[in-house]
Amino acid sequence: MTVLSIQDLSIEYLSRRGPVHAVRKVSFELAKGETLAIIGESGSGKTTLAVSLIRLSPRSARITEGSIRFRGDTKDLDVLQLDDDELRRYRWNDCAMVFQAALNSFNPVISIWDQFLDTGRAHGMGDSRRVRDRASELLELVRLDPERVLRAYPHELSGGMRQRVLIAMSLLLSPDVVILDEPTTALDILTQRAIIDLLKELRDKLGFSMIFISHDLSIAAELADRMLTMYAGRVVERAKVDDMFYRPRHPYSVGLLRAVPRVSGTLGKVVSIPGSPPDLIRLPPGCAYAPRCPFVIDACREAEPPLIPVDTPEHDAACIRWQDVAETLRSDDEIPVAEKLA
Amino acid sequence: MTVSGDTTVRGTSLIELEGVTRTFKTPAGVITAVDNVSLALGVGEAMCVVGESGCGKTTTGRMLAGLLQPTSGRLMFEGADVWQTKGPKLAAFRRAVQLVHQDPYASLNPIRTVYQTLSAPLFKHHKSKRGRDARARVVELLERVGLTPAPDFLVKYPHQLSGGQRQRVAIARALTVDPRVIVADEAVSMVDVSIRISLLNLLLGLAREFKVTVVLITHDLAVARFFARGGRIGVMYLGKVVELAGTDTLVEDPAHPYSTALIAAIPEADPNITRNKRRVELRSADAPSLLALPPGCVFHPRCPLAEPGLCDVLVPVLEGIPGREGERREVACHVAQRERAPAAELLGVR
Amino acid sequence: MSGALDFLRQLRKKPTGIAGFAGVLFFFMFALVIPFFVPVMDTPDVSAIYQPPSFPAHPLGTDNQGRDVFNQMIHGGRDILLVALIAALFSTLIAVTFGSLAATLGGRVDQVILAITDVVLTIPTLIVLIVIAAIARPSSFWMLAIILALLQWASLLRAIRAQVLSLKERDFVEAARSLDLGLFHIIFKEMLPNMRSYIVIHFIIAMTNAIYAQAAIVLLGLVPVAGQNWGIMLYNAQVQGALYFRDSLWYILSPILAIALFQLSLVLLAGALEEMFNPRLRSA
Repeated sequence: MTVLSIQDLSIEYLSRRGPVHAVRKVSFELAKGETLAIIGESGSGKTTLAVSLIRLSPRSARITEGSIRFRGDTKDLDVLQLDDDELRRYRWNDCAMVFQAALNSFNPVISIWDQFLDTGRAHGMGDSRRVRDRASELLELVRLDPERVLRAYPHELSGGMRQRVLIAMSLLLSPDVVILDEPTTALDILTQRAIIDLLKELRDKLGFSMIFISHDLSIAAELADRMLTMYAGRVVERAKVDDMFYRPRHPYSVGLLRAVPRVSGTLGKVVSIPGSPPDLIRLPPGCAYAPRCPFVIDACREAEPPLIPVDTPEHDAACIRWQDVAETLRSDDEIPVAEKLA
Repeated sequence: MTVSGDTTVRGTSLIELEGVTRTFKTPAGVITAVDNVSLALGVGEAMCVVGESGCGKTTTGRMLAGLLQPTSGRLMFEGADVWQTKGPKLAAFRRAVQLVHQDPYASLNPIRTVYQTLSAPLFKHHKSKRGRDARARVVELLERVGLTPAPDFLVKYPHQLSGGQRQRVAIARALTVDPRVIVADEAVSMVDVSIRISLLNLLLGLAREFKVTVVLITHDLAVARFFARGGRIGVMYLGKVVELAGTDTLVEDPAHPYSTALIAAIPEADPNITRNKRRVELRSADAPSLLALPPGCVFHPRCPLAEPGLCDVLVPVLEGIPGREGERREVACHVAQRERAPAAELLGVR
Repeated sequence: MSGALDFLRQLRKKPTGIAGFAGVLFFFMFALVIPFFVPVMDTPDVSAIYQPPSFPAHPLGTDNQGRDVFNQMIHGGRDILLVALIAALFSTLIAVTFGSLAATLGGRVDQVILAITDVVLTIPTLIVLIVIAAIARPSSFWMLAIILALLQWASLLRAIRAQVLSLKERDFVEAARSLDLGLFHIIFKEMLPNMRSYIVIHFIIAMTNAIYAQAAIVLLGLVPVAGQNWGIMLYNAQVQGALYFRDSLWYILSPILAIALFQLSLVLLAGALEEMFNPRLRSA
């Protein structure tokens, strides 16, 4: 069953030089119990997209087209049309968001307990004893000591602990969907590992669907069932995780996979993508990746390609030359792309 | 004893930290950010210092660059104790070792153009005359760091450049004074993933072609593996170097239990590899505070190999154990030294 | 050059800024440039005391000695504006130089400079100014400017010092040190240009303070009343009872309005500049 459905979503920011087309006709679905990774670099639009799912976009952002539909067990909501009360019930109850563990995700002058209480009250859990019980239960699930943590202030906790608190807080009202924005960025390796393992455990225990946004391919490899790669505001490839890593069909996905070194296994040929992302205010006609693409032909510059189904199931790529991409990879084996192209 | 990287200059290091310690006074007490670290680097060597936050790698890097004075120990450059030299020799050292900062948004003066930023050191040190001469030299530097067409970049301000481009300008700036050593402190961590490799290749090119010694400080072991291939990696934990070894040796066969746990914990950008990785469970999830370091080996409370009576009492010293194909490597672990075997083997994760 | 163009482009978007800028420009022209083209007409004419305004001879009427008020207005701004400019310039120079040195050099130098600054900060400027003016009776406007400057630099120095202290820690300043670019370069080419806005705004405010101070001490009769300037006009008007005659309205009003409008222009300009220089306050 599909729990979240995004159709042709487009978002622009107002800026001095003109509208910034941060998200352009993005469509995807999240199935119940599934973990979806949205991978992109700076300027890809992934964060703009993520915050729009709970309508937390800044004032200067405008959703110019598209829809977000949420389907719970008993409800079917058009998220963009919700009024303030309905939105408050939707947020945190149906769909919660976990931000980066930076200190500015917290109110620095109130204790963690107060933040839990505020969150609970704001979204319909008024009884403070219930909030307390639930908070303690969740903090234990994330391997923190409730007594110690609830009393503490944000600056007294380490980055890893703050991330766990944010995860616990997001689960306060048992949402169906949890969205995580860069959950492991800026964390140390051992802390990252702990958070990844924790997310796996929580997902198995509590059964929520998860979307996470990152520039880090490795977290996708660890956690995701399916993946989207975004470039210049568009989804350029959608696939199951194994297909994306071993059988990518969009040149940007290939480029990204080749640009990330690994510690284990052979290094293969690791190579950066030349050039830089396009200006989202004045996008060139045709495919936004064309200036950097090794597979580019004239037809690429004429029109932006839609997502085209490719040779594996549930797999689309926005590239008219995907078959050539497939051939260049030579094999569909489960070995890293950097090795295939070495 | 220290492991020298470049075999052709074994024994003659260009720059060296000798038993260096650095403490800081904080309101909560004195912290020892770096404890008795020795590191010797040869000409044109490319090495990495890795570790998690609080391990002292940045402090070590800044001491190498002469920006921080060691509380004890010596910084040697071309055989002379840097902090004992004065005047023109000290100024010459300052120019010979340059630091490239982590944050591309803070490393350039926002109100100066690329040309102004790059020409100032050229004028100050009489490497160019004003006007056409300076312009030509700046263009040459921009081309060397891969910013082309160079003339287009001369009049740009930092806010008109991407993070990767800014880092290249920062590297070009370091090159204006013909440095012998570049310390890159997390220089690619805040740059887009897809262009990190090209920046690292630029730095490697400087090492290989121009014989500039480059030390990359990073928390990302995958980046370290790429950068230091054929070279060495030093792993730091809570202010100490716990392992110093050739890159391949470290990555495939880590000798210290901490390095082993670290490498095993890294999520990899490949589903099969990452699913099949054997993890190393540590006895405690959090690192102790620098204000309350454990006695003996600082890693012992978390170490799966820790032996009571030994590891919680005696501080281990960095010593060599046999490496693969006779290559020497050093590790600061009682158990590994006694067994003369790497922790990876002892923990069964090889 | 591009900085100036960009500045004007930005200014265009702020009505208050445009008004302020236009006002300041107007007054500078009026008080500093136009006097060169208009002869002084200060011969008393007893037959024309307190005449009401008439075109074209006396657009603002005449004063208590029959002299044309408009002519006095034209020639009366120069001293006041110049003194304000010079006082502001000197006090800014002192504050910037010593503030940056204190922050950059630290240690003893910093402590000494801070101590002196704190003492000066506690001095009530206007009162001391009045006392000094009463004792020293400054006759040249240079002296007045210097006295004003010496009383004004303290708060700007503290502000500059704080800014430099924070800038000192920035990566690009550390890089400049490591490249051995020299103290002069670091202060004047790396750090101070980053504080341009600060300095300009304080300069403008120093000017407004200087103008108030001048008006005050002239009004109180503490400087010799020879010559012409707006302050002296006010003094004369007050002393000679111009308040009581309807026909002498413009004699009093003109200098008051001129001073008030000039101050207003300065303040509007400063406000607009502050918004412009702070990127976060700029509208999208």
